[in-house]
Amino acid sequence: MSRWTTARLVSRTKESDTARTLHLDAPGWPGHLAGQHVDLRLTADDGYQAVRSYSLSAPADGDRIAVSVQPAPYGEVSPYLVEDFPEGADIEVRGPLGGWFVWRPDRTEPVLLVAGGSGVAPLVAMLRARLALPEGPAFHLVYSLRGPQERWFGDTLDSLAGRTEIAVDYAYTREAPPGSARPVGRIQQAELLVDGFTPAQAPLCFVCGPTAFVEHCANALVALGHRPDRVRTERFG
Amino acid sequence: MAALTPGFRSRRRAPGDRLPPGQFLTEGFPVLSAGPTPAVATDRWRFTLTTETGDQHVWTWPQLTALPQADVTTDLHCVTRWSKFDTRWRGVSLDMLLDGVDTEARYAWVESYGGYTTNMPLADLRNGRAWIAHTYDGRPLPAEHGGPARLLVPHLYLWKSAKWVSGIRLRINDQQGFWESLGYHAYGDPWREQRTWGD
Repeated sequence: MSRWTTARLVSRTKESDTARTLHLDAPGWPGHLAGQHVDLRLTADDGYQAVRSYSLSAPADGDRIAVSVQPAPYGEVSPYLVEDFPEGADIEVRGPLGGWFVWRPDRTEPVLLVAGGSGVAPLVAMLRARLALPEGPAFHLVYSLRGPQERWFGDTLDSLAGRTEIAVDYAYTREAPPGSARPVGRIQQAELLVDGFTPAQAPLCFVCGPTAFVEHCANALVALGHRPDRVRTERFG
Repeated sequence: MAALTPGFRSRRRAPGDRLPPGQFLTEGFPVLSAGPTPAVATDRWRFTLTTETGDQHVWTWPQLTALPQADVTTDLHCVTRWSKFDTRWRGVSLDMLLDGVDTEARYAWVESYGGYTTNMPLADLRNGRAWIAHTYDGRPLPAEHGGPARLLVPHLYLWKSAKWVSGIRLRINDQQGFWESLGYHAYGDPWREQRTWGD
């Protein structure tokens, strides 16, 4: 669980104007659960090392793992990973890590996912794990984001069109696509009351995003009547 | 083989001997909690110390805040790799609460409002190394950081400093807490990088 191994950057794909997904080949990867994260360790020529944790944004696929990175302004690691880390080069990885904020494919209850910004990454890993099953519980993602340009995982989310048991709602906070009925702004408590995912159906709820967003949404879910121990959270920064 | 992370350079130098291995310094105060933040009113708040024989010592909020208070300035180290220097707290030393409690226990099992638990040797709560903290940076501790009161054991990774603390059970045998049962290290010394099982 806790050994460092070497992985190679196979490719980098675009999630938004600024964010990228890094596809890494990690020989001997033991597999992981959707929602888990990895540590990445970078080493400078002078021996200086930095380690950061990133959520895995796709389910286990043999030796192939994916992390999605939003570059932080003036960050030490994230801008390097997004802009400078060359394809074919190596990086050290350690994981998978985390055993609470995970979805196991043998769970049968409905799953309500609430994402704020880049917090969508581990939740899309769960959604993808569900999509890999021929049948399984209903999933619903409520995705809060600033504007349409900031939407990650567009191909996966667009593939849900026409499905009823797996769906996504968008809550744009600053700029909505043309024709949007919903006024821009923060998620309201009532928007988390989704048919099929009400407290009476006892869904498993996962909330991930910036601290203030998670506080707001987790409190709203509890206020709606969800049991606190059914609301799992992960906060960024 | 290609070079390891070629072109990567440090952009900030950590002040060497204050930062444990694998940590980076932050100016913010990140929040990490496994679930919703419980709302705990101080008029209902109790802190209960239970010995291995079942003896209970209970403090209400007025009783806790009437005890001699300690001002603590300390560095925090979170297992998610951020560290924060010179955080300022006020609270009651565990030495004060354990004084006069008759026990043979070697372990402490910490419980919180909301169901969180953590464990550590009882010795780590003694000798001026642990507090029930209710004030941060001169203000009442915000709920998302564990208010009204949290355990503060800053020489261990921060998940040991249980938010919304409600009590401590003194035990003859060790028992894993929440994160400890999910893969985190039983002790959690930042200077020995005891993050997960096997470290």
